[in-house]
Amino acid sequence: MKERLIFGYDPFVLPFLIGMIFIIAYLLVGTVRIILSLNNNEKKQLFRIFIPVNAYKIVKDIILDCLLHVKIFKRNLLLGYMHSSIAFGWFMLIVLGHIEVMLFTPQRNGIFYYPIFFRYFVMETEETLQGAFFFFVMDFFLLIILSGIALAIYKRFRSHRLGMKQTTKLRLGDNIALYSLWLIFPLRLLAESFTADISGGSFITKGINDLFHSFVSNPANTLPVWWAYSCALGLFFFTLPFSRYMHIPTEILLIVLRHVGINATSLRDGYSEAEIYSCSRCGICIDACPMSFEKKDVKFTSVYFIRLLRRREIAEQPADLCLMCNKCVEVCPVGIDSTKLKLICREINNGAISFDYTPVKYNSPLKREKLLYYGGCMTNLTPSISTAISKILDKAEISYVHLDKDQTICCGRPLLLSGNLKGARELINKNREAIISSGCTTLLLSCPICYKMFKEEYDLKGIEVVHHSVYINNLVKSKRIVLKKTTDTCVYHDPCELGRGSGIYEQPRELLSSMMLLKDSPLQNNESICCGGSLGSISMPFAKRKIITGGSLDNLLTNDPDLLVTSCPLCLKTFTPLNSKRTADIAQVVSEQMIN
Amino acid sequence: MTEFGFKLSQSNRIDLDETDNSVFKKVAIIVPDIKLCFNCGSCSASCTSTHFKRVSFRSAILLLNRGHNKEAISMLKSCMLCGKCILVCPRGIDTRNIIINILKAEEEMK
Repeated sequence: MKERLIFGYDPFVLPFLIGMIFIIAYLLVGTVRIILSLNNNEKKQLFRIFIPVNAYKIVKDIILDCLLHVKIFKRNLLLGYMHSSIAFGWFMLIVLGHIEVMLFTPQRNGIFYYPIFFRYFVMETEETLQGAFFFFVMDFFLLIILSGIALAIYKRFRSHRLGMKQTTKLRLGDNIALYSLWLIFPLRLLAESFTADISGGSFITKGINDLFHSFVSNPANTLPVWWAYSCALGLFFFTLPFSRYMHIPTEILLIVLRHVGINATSLRDGYSEAEIYSCSRCGICIDACPMSFEKKDVKFTSVYFIRLLRRREIAEQPADLCLMCNKCVEVCPVGIDSTKLKLICREINNGAISFDYTPVKYNSPLKREKLLYYGGCMTNLTPSISTAISKILDKAEISYVHLDKDQTICCGRPLLLSGNLKGARELINKNREAIISSGCTTLLLSCPICYKMFKEEYDLKGIEVVHHSVYINNLVKSKRIVLKKTTDTCVYHDPCELGRGSGIYEQPRELLSSMMLLKDSPLQNNESICCGGSLGSISMPFAKRKIITGGSLDNLLTNDPDLLVTSCPLCLKTFTPLNSKRTADIAQVVSEQMIN
Repeated sequence: MTEFGFKLSQSNRIDLDETDNSVFKKVAIIVPDIKLCFNCGSCSASCTSTHFKRVSFRSAILLLNRGHNKEAISMLKSCMLCGKCILVCPRGIDTRNIIINILKAEEEMK
C-alpha cells in the first residue's frame, strides 16, 4: 500500500471538509451552551462522570443505545436491524478508516478527510495482505449499511412490515438530510468501485469494478463520483442541525447528563434542551399513543409535541390533551421523558391559579389502628370496591380504620398533573398530617392514582404504602383468606399509574390466576393502553375519550374473556358503560370467590 | 289578615343588558362544552370538596351565565380537580377544563 498522490489532497474533499468543520463547531457551541445553562448544582453534578460506576454506565448505554439500538431490537427485529446496521456500520467504517490510516499511511494521521477518502489516495502493491483484510471488513460493513438503507427506503413505503403502523411526517430539513443520508453509502460504494482496480477492493467493490470494467475504468468518470460522495457527506453535515439527525450527537450528551442525575426543570434549559434535540422522530411513540386511534389526533403525539418545542412554537394544546399514561416514555428508545416536559408546560400555564383549601380538613380524630385504609375520590364513586375490601378485611380478621369514609381530601395527584404544584402541596400536607397522627404502620389504597402519589410525593417514613391488589395477594399467600376456583376466564387491564407508573404487574396477575384462567391481551403489562378516563388530561373531550376506551377494550377482549378485571376505580368506571362483558375490580372478584 | 308566612321576595330578574357574562363567553370559546350543561346537579352531588365548603359546578355555571362572576368563582376556589364530576356528568362535559379556565380567567381579571 502506498500513496498515489504526493500531496494527499484533491479539491473534491472540500465539501466534506467544510461540512465537517461546520458541524464540529456547531456541536461544540451547542454543548457549551447546554452546559452553561445548567445551574450551579447541576454543574457540580457533572463531575460525577468521573465516578467509575457512572462512567461504566455511560459507556455501556452509549454502546447499547446509540450504536446497537438494543431497545428497538426488543420491539421489532427488522426495525432494530435497520437502525443499528446504519449506526453501528457507519461507526465501524469510521473507526476502521482511521486504523487503516494509522497502519498504512501514518504520515497522514490527523487529517480529517484522509480516513474517509482513503481509497482514493492509495494504490495497492501486491505484498499487502493486511490491506486485503481491512478492505474485506470495510466492504462487509458497507454491505450491512446498504442493507439497512434498503430497509429504510422500504420502510418509507411499507412501514407496517417493520412493525410500525405510522411513521413521522417529515419537514424540509429532515427530508434533505434523509435523502443525503440515503445517497452517501451507495455513492461511497460506487466511488470505491471506481478506484478498486487501483487501490484494491474486496468482494463488492472489486466485483462491481470487474462487472462494469469498461465504464468504471474510464478515468473521466472517476472524479465526478468522488465529488458526488463528498458533496452528499457535506450536505448531510450542513443539514444535520436542522434535521432530526441531530439526535446522533445529542443523545450522547443526554446519556451523560442522565447518568449524573440531572433532570428536566424547564422547557428549554439544559437537560430538556438535550432531550428535545435527542428526539430522532423515529415515530415509535405514535403507535404507542392512545390518541393515535384517531388519525387526525396523531399530531398531538409526543414526537410532534417535542418538534413544537424545538421550533419554539406554542405547544400548549398537545401538552394539555396528553393523558399522561406514560406509554410514549416507556417505549421511547432514547428515553425522553416527554411527560415531564408536558408537565412543565402545564406548570407554566396553570401554576398561577390560586385555590383556597382553608376549610378543607378531616373532622374527627381517628381511632388508632395499625392498618389505615384510604379509598380516595374515585373509590368513593365506586363503593363496590370499598365494600369488597371491607368484606375481605373482615374475613381476614384484620381491624382497620377507614380514613375517608365520610369525607375525602383528594390525594393531590389530579392537581399535580394539572400543573398546580402549590395546590397539590396544600392537600398533601393535610392528608399527611391526618395519616401520621393516626399512628398507622400500613396505608392501604384502592386507587393506583393515589398509590403513586402517596408513594412518591408524601414522604411517609415508617409507613408502608400498599395497593390493594398487592395487599390482598399477600393475604392469600399467607392463607389469611382462602379462595375457590371458577371456570370463568378473565383478562387483566394494567392501570397506567399502577403498571407503568409504579411497576406493579405481577401481583394482580398472580392473584387472579389463583382464582380463574387469566387470558392474555396483545398489548399488556407496560404496553397496556390507557382506559381513556385518565385524569392526566386536562382538555380531552368526552368523544375522544370514548374512542380511546373503545380501542383499549378491543385490545383487552381479543381473546374473548368472560370478565375484564382491573384494579383501578377510574378504569372500572370508564370501562363499565362501554364493555359488553362484565367489568370488575380485583377486590370485587376476590370477595366473590372467598370461601366462607 | 292572617300571616301565612309568605312574603314578596326581591326580584331575581336578570337584566340581560346589564349582566356581565363575559367570563362565561370567554370560557365558552375555549371549552364549548360549557353550553351543554343542563344543570342536573350530578356534579354537585358527587363533589369531593363540597363536604368542606359549598362547591358546586352546577351553580357556578348558572351564576356565570347570570353574570354573578365573583360568586361563581368563589364557589370553585376549593375544587380539588379530582374529576368525579366528569365521570358522573350525563352530558359528558369536560368539567375540569372548564373549572381551570374559569379560574384562569379570574387570574387574568386581577
